[in-house]
Amino acid sequence: MNAGIVSYGAYIPKYRIKVDEIARVWGDDANSLKSGLMVHEKSVPDFDEDTATIAVEAARYAVKRSDINAQRLGAVYTGSESHPYAVKPTSTIVAEAVGATPVMTAADYEFACKAGTAAIQTCMGLVQSGMIDLGMAIGADVAQGAPGDALEYTAAAGGVAFIIGSKESEFVAIIEDTYSFTTDTPDFWRREGMPYPEHGGRFTGEPGYFKHVTHAAKGLLSKMGTKPEDYNYAVFHQPNGKFPSRAASLLGFTKEQIKPGLVVPKLGNTYSGSCMMGIAATLDQAKSGDKIFATAFGSGAGADAFSITVTDKIDEIRNKAPTVMELLSNPIYVDYATYAKHKGKIRLA
Amino acid sequence: MRDVAIIGVKTTRFGENWDVSLRDIITEAGVGALEDAGVAGEEIDSIIVGNMSGGQFIEQEHIGALIADYAGLAKELHVPATRVEAACASGGLALRQGIHSVASGLEDIVVAAGVEKMTDISSSSASTALAAAADREWEGIMGATFPGLYAMIARLHMHKYGTTSEQLAEVAVKNHANGVNNPIAQYRNKISVDDVLNSIMVADPLHIFDCSPITDGAAAVILAPADIAHKYTDTPIYVKATSQASDTIALHDRRDITTLDATVEASKRAFKMAKLTPGDIDLVEVHDCFTIAEICAIEDLGFVKKGDGGKFTEEGNTSIGGKIPVNTSGGLKACGHPVGATGIKQAVEVVEQLRGDAGKRQVDGAEVGMTHNVGGSGATAVVHIFSRNR
Amino acid sequence: MMSVPRFWRKQVARYNLIGTHCANCGAYYYPPRNMCPKCRREGKLENFKFSGKGEVLTYTVIHTAAEGFEKQTPYVLAIVKLEEGPSLTSQIVADPKDMSIGMKVRPVFRKLGESGERGMIYYGTKFIPE
Repeated sequence: MNAGIVSYGAYIPKYRIKVDEIARVWGDDANSLKSGLMVHEKSVPDFDEDTATIAVEAARYAVKRSDINAQRLGAVYTGSESHPYAVKPTSTIVAEAVGATPVMTAADYEFACKAGTAAIQTCMGLVQSGMIDLGMAIGADVAQGAPGDALEYTAAAGGVAFIIGSKESEFVAIIEDTYSFTTDTPDFWRREGMPYPEHGGRFTGEPGYFKHVTHAAKGLLSKMGTKPEDYNYAVFHQPNGKFPSRAASLLGFTKEQIKPGLVVPKLGNTYSGSCMMGIAATLDQAKSGDKIFATAFGSGAGADAFSITVTDKIDEIRNKAPTVMELLSNPIYVDYATYAKHKGKIRLA
Repeated sequence: MRDVAIIGVKTTRFGENWDVSLRDIITEAGVGALEDAGVAGEEIDSIIVGNMSGGQFIEQEHIGALIADYAGLAKELHVPATRVEAACASGGLALRQGIHSVASGLEDIVVAAGVEKMTDISSSSASTALAAAADREWEGIMGATFPGLYAMIARLHMHKYGTTSEQLAEVAVKNHANGVNNPIAQYRNKISVDDVLNSIMVADPLHIFDCSPITDGAAAVILAPADIAHKYTDTPIYVKATSQASDTIALHDRRDITTLDATVEASKRAFKMAKLTPGDIDLVEVHDCFTIAEICAIEDLGFVKKGDGGKFTEEGNTSIGGKIPVNTSGGLKACGHPVGATGIKQAVEVVEQLRGDAGKRQVDGAEVGMTHNVGGSGATAVVHIFSRNR
Repeated sequence: MMSVPRFWRKQVARYNLIGTHCANCGAYYYPPRNMCPKCRREGKLENFKFSGKGEVLTYTVIHTAAEGFEKQTPYVLAIVKLEEGPSLTSQIVADPKDMSIGMKVRPVFRKLGESGERGMIYYGTKFIPE
């Protein structure tokens, strides 16, 4: 029995800050940053938005897009590295706000930027085993980056919810298989009680991102006996524009394959939402029969690869909730002071 | 039912009175009113005191007993003392309860008082305490403040009736002009329309000068059966009507956001009880917690057609010497608004006017006066009518 | 802000705009009520989920905030009339310059506030321009 995507929903706050504006504050060279990172602007949450509100908005769009009876959801898992509470689940807030409670299970996930895809895999297992009817997997973050740190240029806000089921008639996309590659690699972390993450600088690259992404991707291709050219689209975790582009080329995927899902230049890195946002953006324009190869990466470190085939049901539901491109359009640009106010970087009392 | 008269009055100085506490000011008001009436402590049958929130403002409940104690009426005389509460209408409510008691024949001499000590906490904490007069669970939780609620009334009043910010400002200008001549007023300075319009915005369209201040103060009146009032005073002021009405606690549930139906109903009941009409009233103290509240009050009490309050005020009709002098005391805006005391202070002002004792702010030939006290954004309204003639 | 049980008691109503409908007279209520003010003891109240479509009846822009809302100024507070009839008080997430009486709004899920850094975070419904 296959697991599949029954619906999906994305949410991106309407505010943006340009890399130029952040660079102005820290005296950095904006042009070299933009070409180096391939990121031009990033999303900024409103002062009253956090991971829970973003997860709820994405989850509500997912429920709306396929007109799901939320009581069918047997599980809600929210992956994030910016859960509003250290202890107390975001997922119960989401479950209550979409009307999925009370006969269901819920938990929060954390695996840096791949906590959301770990939630997808959990839901796949639960629906395929028959333990639940439908499961909701969310990746959402109001990503943290210390003021002045390189991360600040990309740490963005957004979230994506997938509803995973096992009834083929309901699939908008079949998840044919998934493959994970995990080691203990401390390339990026945030200690308990600390507001901002620390990272290993260039150590996050080869031993972190590239090693895990390529191993997971190659593992899945080999397990399934498929090749990069069998896929119409490819999506990789996108902490910036450079990493996924290089990963694609290392694996033999083309620029054209990754283009629809490469949302980072206008969005920034939504951490747990990053790869899932790329999948959502790809689903927004994929046609029936299109095949999507996706690999998420989470520091710490691991990668989850997925092989997805779109069904003809996609056309029925695509426009029943905002597409990623619609969510990215008509942003309101803010200056650094407003950004700092929205992000709670200005402390009152 | 017996007719009731007011035989003694006293209001303390209103303002930021750092050097005195609640028990000091309420005792000062009570003693002053008793002296004004020539009543001995032994004659007092009971005390009714209006106090919105001793609990929040000074973390003191059991205000009635505290007052009886510090007035020297507890330890030997054991005079009963009762606190009543209806937010900013607590004072009006205390007066009404006192009138009930005397009118019923159960008690003869009753002290009806009001007190609030608001400056012992920060102004933001005081604002939070006041916000408890609105619906905490469905207004307060959304970030509603009292100026915010009245600002929403003002915005819609402007939208529906063309009321202007300048007209609202005229209320404050007039009340400050009256406050100049009131020795107990918190603000005794004249202001201009420009002063109001240039003052900082609190809740658009209300500026800080559209808002009544945070005030310490107390007031008391002595009630007696009309039949024996002349034993105490040559000029008893008779209670012609007491009325009270309720409306929804939350502004959003009202029939019409720009009309305080509780005021409309309390006014109708009072005029019916007194067998009078708005044309018979020589002056009125209304609940101008915000400038828009005075505009709504004169409309809802029946002095001017709904929607015309702004224009009516702008034309000077509510000034001393105008068609219907409103808030000769300076109102809540200039005299100050110690919430529990306001309803009693309004009665004291009307009594002084009807006695002819109001000095430079005297309304010539005043025979009949009215008070209008509101709780919250209009969930409670208390109206009284007083007359020199029984 | 409010104590945890006091907020939690009506949390679902706040999250999902669930009020009440009187099966006797047909009136709708939000916030929810336990007694129909029209029918009183004859009323038959049942839960009702509002569509969330509404229009601004009146509004203000708050510059001097209530305690706990200081970080949010200036914020727009409005009375929103829901299409089913009742009105409620909520914030409108919009530029004050874009506000007008009669504008159409729809609900969003937002943080209402929090009890300091250590306390509970309160979530609920605000509105945005349609």
